[in-house]
Amino acid sequence: MAWQETIYQYDGTFDGFLCCVYESYVNREFPIAFCGDEEYFSLYEVRCVITQREHARRVMRSLLTRSEPAVDVLRRAFLTCMEDREQHLYAFVRKLYAQGSDFMKNRSDPTYYPLARAIRHMNGELEKLRGFIRFSDYGGVLGAEIKPKNRVLPLLRSHFCNRYANESFFIYDRNHRELLLHTAGRSRILPVDRLQLTLPGQEELCYRELWKRFYDTIAIQERTNPRCQNSFLPKRYRGVMTEFLPTDYEARQATIPPGSTAVFPNSGAPDGIPAPGTPR
Amino acid sequence: MDLLEKLTILSDAAKYDAACTSSGVRRGFQPGKIGNTSSSIAGCCHSFSADGRCITLLKVLMTNSCVYDCKYCVNRRSNDTRRAAFTPRELAELTIGFYRRNYIEGLFLSSGVLRSPDYTTEQMVRCLRILRQDYAFNGYIHAKAIPGTSPELVYQLGLLADRLSVNIELPSEAGLQTLAPDKNKAAILRPMGQIRDRAAQSKAELVKYRHAPSFAPAGQSTQLIVGATEDSDRHILHLTESLYERYRLKRVFYSAYVPVVEHSLLPAPSTKPPLLREHRLYQADWLLRFYGFRAEELLTEAQPDFNPLIDPKCHWALNHLEQFPVEIMRADYETLLRVPGIGPVSARRIVSARRMAHLTYEDLKKLGVVVKRAQFFTTCGGRIRSGLRFSAATLANQLESIGRGELPADGTPVQLSLFDNAG
Repeated sequence: MAWQETIYQYDGTFDGFLCCVYESYVNREFPIAFCGDEEYFSLYEVRCVITQREHARRVMRSLLTRSEPAVDVLRRAFLTCMEDREQHLYAFVRKLYAQGSDFMKNRSDPTYYPLARAIRHMNGELEKLRGFIRFSDYGGVLGAEIKPKNRVLPLLRSHFCNRYANESFFIYDRNHRELLLHTAGRSRILPVDRLQLTLPGQEELCYRELWKRFYDTIAIQERTNPRCQNSFLPKRYRGVMTEFLPTDYEARQATIPPGSTAVFPNSGAPDGIPAPGTPR
Repeated sequence: MDLLEKLTILSDAAKYDAACTSSGVRRGFQPGKIGNTSSSIAGCCHSFSADGRCITLLKVLMTNSCVYDCKYCVNRRSNDTRRAAFTPRELAELTIGFYRRNYIEGLFLSSGVLRSPDYTTEQMVRCLRILRQDYAFNGYIHAKAIPGTSPELVYQLGLLADRLSVNIELPSEAGLQTLAPDKNKAAILRPMGQIRDRAAQSKAELVKYRHAPSFAPAGQSTQLIVGATEDSDRHILHLTESLYERYRLKRVFYSAYVPVVEHSLLPAPSTKPPLLREHRLYQADWLLRFYGFRAEELLTEAQPDFNPLIDPKCHWALNHLEQFPVEIMRADYETLLRVPGIGPVSARRIVSARRMAHLTYEDLKKLGVVVKRAQFFTTCGGRIRSGLRFSAATLANQLESIGRGELPADGTPVQLSLFDNAG
């Protein structure tokens, strides 16, 4: 008997997704689409999957007996921003149960390749963000904002908790509305809808100016190459990087009504003496 | 003079140093200390400046005063420029301030020669000691060893730094004699040999005693200026190879000569830096380190320079057409690695994937192969790519036109030809 085509509604967590896998096998249903909490109208039947830890664990145990690297792929791919993510993951799980993990040896495999490509995209973003994240000192607490395409916070966590083990810091993901908090050797990731940054102190402004000056000075004018710069440092990262912002951007943001996009006319070199090489 | 001005002068004077990597050492968190070194093999880039170069480290000079008078250098004593010097504590504090904000991966400390090499190195050691001990800095440090420094001081420097480097500057002794009269080859190679021996000794000790001091754990590197003298690519590549083999260097950096001074012995100030040549040398350097090529295979006496329009691997393949085409489904890893368009990662993926399925050119794209190059040199299941037309005579032109789209725009417009793609 063919499996019934159904739409699955779940809570958007990884455990929730594992429960979808569980329900689909128990009820012999093939999920043709996945949706979140929002109301969903369709000609297909909709099953609302409630996350139960016991079911999620059971699926996880069985996946682990098939292949540990495959579970790692699943976990990572779940954080990516690929289109029809759950369908791809589900197809991957089906194939894993049906054939074992050998198909993963061929990266061009039609079921595996979409996941591999999405993970590669995310890894690229991760590697960039490890360097491009800029902290500001807000009265002893370090804070940073990011706007990534993928949900990278869980994967950035170990790097930054290791690097700034003795500091209190937070990283706010504006796109996914998540906050990574680290203090006194413990860290958590929380959903946070809005985050208003306080104004930085004098020392912070001073360091920003020093950094901007260093950034402008270190470039060799005779070698200027915007194409090369753009490919290594795409413009979408620059909106939250100190060297591309005016030193007092928080103060300027505060005066701009929420909703409108901020425009900074003088976001180049800091005032004062010009950086060497700049035309006078 | 305030800190902002000092930073401006001393980073401006340091910017011609090419080496800016934080690779080669993985050191996790240590209790009570600030920071770690990057967990990835390649290090970590924190920004890219307007010239497209990576900014990893706070690259500054301790001082830009110098007793030497090397013709090509902005800091030579006869140059009329503003001089400044960091105090050790001030620089240590700046490094920590930048590091906490994730601006940088660590410090790159070089210096002009103030009074004598020994005195200068002492200053550098003092700064690094404050940074490592007073500020408990656990991040990356790259320090320059200045030729002529006594071995004991170089040893001290190596205990504090992760990587040391000695700049060769000019690729030949003759070049040194004319342009850098205060330096000579033997004086440059001496500290290199010493660093190599110390590092090997330290590694051996660390095997026996867990707490033995580690000396320059990320090894050493060097830099060559390209285009200030008449040396050929072949000469530079052979020098590079022998440096990797004899001195166990981790990296050799090339720096296209930027005319900063007018001098009868140097290229005219209007000369453009030979960026494309520098790029080709880096590509060839990769072929030496990761692809199992030898310098003498890449360039011959009859052809001592690369064709700037074709990358070195295609250049080699064009001269060795008898070894192609390579059959994707059967060739061993080493043979695949020599095919233009296939790198270590895609070669590994091919070897693994072809056991599971019959590969097509579409699959090869998914495996990361640059098919537009590899198609000329491979067959898939005994057949060449369908629709592909070329002959040995047109191949060079076809590769050039593929490469043209990837070249950095250096302002020299190239006349497009209707017949470029004619197969």
